Amino acid sequence: MYASMVLMREFEDAILRLYHQGKIVGGAYSGNGNEATAVASAFALGDGDYILPMHRDLGAHFVRGQSILAMMKQHLGRAGGLTEGRDGTGHYTDPALRIYGNISHLGAMLPVACGIALACTIRKEPNVVMTYIGDGGSNVGEVHEALAMASVMRLPLVLIIENNGYAYSTPVARQFIVDKLSSRAAGYGIPGTTVDGTDLPAVHDACREAVARARSGKGPSIVESVTMRMHGHAAHDNAWYVPKKTLEAWKKKDPIVRFEKFLTDKGLLTRTSRKHLIDGIRAEIDAAAETALALPYPPGEDALRGVYADAEGEN
Amino acid sequence: MRKGKIKPMKTLTYIEAISEGLRDEMRRDPTVFLLGEDIGAYGGAFKVTKGFIEEFGADRVIDTVLAEGAIIGAATGAALAGLRPVAEMQFSDFVANGFNQIVNVAAKYHYRNFIPVPMVVRLPSGGGIRGGPFHSASTEAWFFHVPGLKLVAPSTPYDAKGLMKAAIRDPNPVLYFESKFLYRHVKAEIPDDDYIVPLGVADIKREGSDITVVAYGTAVHWALEAAGKLAADGVSVEVLDLRSLIPLDREAILASVKKTGKLLIVHEATITGGIGAEIAALVSSAAFEYLDAPIRRVASPDTPVPYAPTLEDYVLPNAEKVAAELRSLAAY
Repeated sequence: MYASMVLMREFEDAILRLYHQGKIVGGAYSGNGNEATAVASAFALGDGDYILPMHRDLGAHFVRGQSILAMMKQHLGRAGGLTEGRDGTGHYTDPALRIYGNISHLGAMLPVACGIALACTIRKEPNVVMTYIGDGGSNVGEVHEALAMASVMRLPLVLIIENNGYAYSTPVARQFIVDKLSSRAAGYGIPGTTVDGTDLPAVHDACREAVARARSGKGPSIVESVTMRMHGHAAHDNAWYVPKKTLEAWKKKDPIVRFEKFLTDKGLLTRTSRKHLIDGIRAEIDAAAETALALPYPPGEDALRGVYADAEGEN
Repeated sequence: MRKGKIKPMKTLTYIEAISEGLRDEMRRDPTVFLLGEDIGAYGGAFKVTKGFIEEFGADRVIDTVLAEGAIIGAATGAALAGLRPVAEMQFSDFVANGFNQIVNVAAKYHYRNFIPVPMVVRLPSGGGIRGGPFHSASTEAWFFHVPGLKLVAPSTPYDAKGLMKAAIRDPNPVLYFESKFLYRHVKAEIPDDDYIVPLGVADIKREGSDITVVAYGTAVHWALEAAGKLAADGVSVEVLDLRSLIPLDREAILASVKKTGKLLIVHEATITGGIGAEIAALVSSAAFEYLDAPIRRVASPDTPVPYAPTLEDYVLPNAEKVAAELRSLAAY
């Protein structure tokens, strides 16, 4: 889990560098501060389970087994990437890894998660579907619709609400007036719990419990993970609206540093092993970036291909 | 309309043909299932799925919460997971509540990920039932502009069954616009076998040589009735039923217009930005030199569908309005 968190941060830092070099043509998003949540939640799943992560959950993709090179090609919009240049960031689906990435419309994937969970139920497969929403996104109507459906049908669904303080520039005080977003679970008659999202073992425990409940047929749960979005909404946004003091306070709770201390105290991580790990990850990311940057963009006319699953469908 | 090989036949109404198409496919393919509001024991608002839960069980005829976004999204998710869902909108008007799921999630899924999304959304459409502004809309043009969707709109029991079966077997999201007005107004003898009507293939419902009418859904019947009236005046009208709006059978439209030289497009949906506008653009650019008259349209004026009978009858097209326009074109 530690390695996955480090990989998420190093990969996103690399993406931000590429963005500032003008090599990322669209937006570049960072989940800095969300590493423990993204990684520990995904680690609570088994191989047959499904995950529908969001744009601050890059670590979850790596936990599920996505390769660094594939993610790099996808972010750079290159030929041979996961969406072959049709979309960027984590907006892709990889059925082999059971990753169904989000779209930009927050909340839109929650009903889809219900449908995948429903398919598991119909086929009597013991698989669980995990998906995510943010503090702002939790207001989208489809989130309510999906929770209404999932609760009534006892679908094997786990919803992680990543409450990271800001929806773009809007603070949570202008998104909801409850103390905890997990309290919304009561409205659906399902369990809701709130954890410190920088505390990896705490996130993992809460998610494991929710996954076990879903797998046993008792239905969905909400796990609210409270974190801080340490960067702007995307690379173009310097987040001037976030008070410096807030960031400084959260910086002390950096999820990676916290878990490093946990591991070091237990004698599981040393300065040498840490350096070795980080150097290895950086080398792999650099190599992936070099390979991906050498690839061409898809040819323009490729834009016309694949609108339909059958060629006859082309209008 | 269609002279197939002689097989066992049965007489079905349009709505019974829809049910039969669904039932056939559910018997044939265990991955086909239905979801929607009140479709189980109640049998659906219009009784399309009456008796289904008894035959197929509650796992395949699923009553859902009242939430169209969840219904369509769940259909998408189930399709991604390998099933073949058919989602029912109680009225096509309500699809607005699930619009995002159709246009942003389902429609763009294959293009972005190269994964098929084999799902059908049924949309009971149109007016003439005194349903007022929220139970009478013809919403196909909302989706005609969305790459990644297929749209079908049957006008006969034969096509209703065959298009349903083809839609369910298609690997793309298909919106199935069924005419509420036709549900129990049309009845026909159709084959009792496993035929399909392929998507994207129009059908000449009446052959003629002087004027082409392009129509779909309820409008086909107005066109046929009007064509009968014109025949008495010695004008030969061809009625081309599109059956599918996406894919659009452009060849069939152009072939008919090249034969007759005159084109009238008829649809129930409002006129501006409607399907007819696209067909007019197609014909004027690809068959301009064959035209002997301006392309005309009969469609609803740009209003919601009103409730009072006088108001609704005023806005909806009918056979008389189509006949009047045909006479004008015949004299041109």
